[in-house]
Amino acid sequence: MTTSATAREEFVDVAGLRLHVAVTGSGGPIVVLHQDIGSPGIHDPFVQELAQTNTVYLPTHPGFDKQDVPEWARHPRDLAVLHLWALRDLGLSSITLCGLGFGGWIAAEMATMAHQLIGKLALVGAAGIQPPEGDEIMDQFVFSATEYIRAGFADQSHFDRLFQEEPDVDQLEIWEINREMTTRVAWKPYMFSLPLARLVGGIKASTLLVWGEDDHIVPLSAGRRYQSLIPGSRLEVIPGCGHFVEYEKPAELAKLVAAL
Amino acid sequence: MQLIYFTEQPMSAYPQEAGDKLGYTATFFPNKYFDPVAGARLYQERLEEYIYAEEVGADGIMLNEHHNAPFTMQAKINIFGAVLAAATKRCKIVLHGNPLPIIDNPVRIAEEVAQLDMISGGRIISGILRGAGQEYVATNANPVFTRERFEEAHDLIVKTWTESGPFRWEKDHYQFRCVNPWALPLQKPFPRIWCPGVVSKESIVWAARHRYPYIALNPTLEDAARIWDLYDTNAKDVGFEGGSPYRGYLIRCHVQDSAEKALENARQFMWMQGEFLGLGHPVWGSPSGYGSPTTRKQRLGVGRRKIPSFEEQLANNMIVAGNPDMVIKQLRTILESTRASILCLWGNDGRVDHENSMSCIKTLGEEVMPALRDIGKELGIEDPFEANTPVSLDHGPSYIPTTEGELVAPY
Repeated sequence: MTTSATAREEFVDVAGLRLHVAVTGSGGPIVVLHQDIGSPGIHDPFVQELAQTNTVYLPTHPGFDKQDVPEWARHPRDLAVLHLWALRDLGLSSITLCGLGFGGWIAAEMATMAHQLIGKLALVGAAGIQPPEGDEIMDQFVFSATEYIRAGFADQSHFDRLFQEEPDVDQLEIWEINREMTTRVAWKPYMFSLPLARLVGGIKASTLLVWGEDDHIVPLSAGRRYQSLIPGSRLEVIPGCGHFVEYEKPAELAKLVAAL
Repeated sequence: MQLIYFTEQPMSAYPQEAGDKLGYTATFFPNKYFDPVAGARLYQERLEEYIYAEEVGADGIMLNEHHNAPFTMQAKINIFGAVLAAATKRCKIVLHGNPLPIIDNPVRIAEEVAQLDMISGGRIISGILRGAGQEYVATNANPVFTRERFEEAHDLIVKTWTESGPFRWEKDHYQFRCVNPWALPLQKPFPRIWCPGVVSKESIVWAARHRYPYIALNPTLEDAARIWDLYDTNAKDVGFEGGSPYRGYLIRCHVQDSAEKALENARQFMWMQGEFLGLGHPVWGSPSGYGSPTTRKQRLGVGRRKIPSFEEQLANNMIVAGNPDMVIKQLRTILESTRASILCLWGNDGRVDHENSMSCIKTLGEEVMPALRDIGKELGIEDPFEANTPVSLDHGPSYIPTTEGELVAPY
C-alpha cells in the first residue's frame, strides 16, 4: 500500500503542549485514535485503506511516542479534552471517530462530551467499561510489554512481522514510554471508568462496536456491555482475530468503519 | 559509630516446593502458603532477638517493610516500631523506612512517628524511602508519581512536625483541610531523617541536598564509592562537607564462633536473592514509571540482573561471614573503604533459626561490635550524634526539651 500523496503532519498547540496529527487521504473526515502501544503510523495498512475514501486524521495521544507529556494529566478524560481541543482548532466538523483499544476509551469519553462534532463512532476492542463480573481487562502492568502485546494477537506471525520476533531496544523504549503515560492516566482503576458506564447512555452518534472474537486483552463481554449501554449501537465480532483488529484484519475493519 | 542490628524478618516457614512449582515467591505468590501459627512464633522469636541485640550493645534496631512476599513479615514498620518502643529501653528504633509514595495519608505517618518518638523517649530515627517497585503493585500506588509523592509527602510531614496547626495543605498529590495532629515528636525540631536506598541517583542527590544521611543498602564497595562521590559533590554544592556522619552502609553479616557454621548459615542470605527461588517477574519489581526516565533505555537493554554467587559475594565483601576474627577483618575493609559511621548489620536471614540467630547476635555484641568501635575511633569516623550534625539543611541539631526547660541531646 502506498502512502497517499496528500499525507502531511500537523501540530496543534493545546494546553501548552504540541499535539501531533498525521493526515492522509481525502474525503469525509475520519479521526483514528491509536492503542496504548503507540500510533500505527500513517503507512499502516488500516489507515491507508481508510484513506482511499476519507481524510484520515491520526493524532498521537499526548505523552505517547516521545511527544510532549502532560505531566498534570490524571485520567484518559484529560486526553479526550486535549484531542477535542485540537480537532476544534483543526476546524473539523461531523467526523467519524474510530478508537482502537485504549484509544477507544478516549473516543468514548469524547463522544459523551461532543455530540455535535462526532456524527459516527467506531469503538474497536475498546477499554473504558468494566467487563461483567468474572471477566477482566488484561493488566499490562504485571507483564512485560512484549508479553502484553503478543497476547493481543490471535496469530503471532503478525507480531513477528510488525515488531520482529525479538523487538529491538528502540522499540522497547517506545513501548515503555507509552506504558508510562498509560500508567499516569489509567493505573487505577485499571482501564475502566465507572462514571463512563453511566455517561455513554447519552451518546447519539451512530455507533459501531467491533471486537476480535479472540480478544484476550479487552474481553468480548466488555463489547457486549458497551452495546447494552449505548442506545442503538451495533456489535460486529470478527472471527480469528485478537485485540489488535487493525493489524490482523485491516481491510475488514476499514470496510466496516468506512461504511458507518 | 552507630551499630544497628537488622534482619528482614522473613516468613521462611512456607513450603518451598510451592515456590519452585510457580517459579516466583513475591507479589502474586498466593498467601494460602502463609502459616499464621508459624508467623506468630516467628514474631516472638524476632522480638526476643531485638531485645537481646539491645542488651549486648547494639545502638539501634533497624526495621523495614515489604508487602505480598515471604521475604519480610513487616506490613508496617510503625507497628513493630511501637512494640520496640515499649520493649526496649535504650537503643534507637531505626525506621528504614516509611515508604511515603505508597501511603495516601502522610499526616498519619507524621502522627504515628510522633507517637513512637514520645513513647520511646525520643529514640526514633525516621527513615523515609520510595519503597521497592513491587510495593506499588501490592498497594496500587501509581508508580509514575513515586518521586513527586515522595517529595511532597516529606515536605508535608516536616511541616506538620515543625509548624503549628491547623493549616491547609492543597498541592498536587495530597490535600488536607485541617492538618492539626495532636501528637508531636519529642525530639526537636524533629526526629532525624535517614534515607536508605539501593541504586537511584536521584535519591542520593535528594538526600544530600537536604543534608540527610544516605544509607547505602548493601552495594558493592565500588558502587558505594560512587554513591559517596555523588553525595559529597551535592553536599558541597549546598554548602556543607559530606563524609562519615552522612554515610550509612547496610551489610549482610553473619558471625558464629565456628567459621564453618557461620558460612553454612550465611548461605541463607541467598534465599531472598533468588538463588533458591526467583522472587518474581521483573516487571513487578520495576513497574512502568518507577525507574528514572534517564536510565530507561539502559534498563531495557540489560534484561534480568544476574545475581553473583555466594562465593563471589563473600569475596567482594557483599556478604560478611565467619568467626569473629574473619568478620572483623572483612568489616575493617568495609569501614576503611566506605568510612560509614552508621553500620547496619544484617545478621540473620532466610531459614536461620532462633538459636543460631541468638548466638550470632551474642557474638556480634560481645566480640564484633567492640572491635568495630575501636576501628571507628582509629579511623576517626564520627557519627551524626558525635558530630552533632543538623537534622537537615534547614534546621539545627536535634534536642529534647525537658520538663525543667532544659534542652538535652537525645542520645
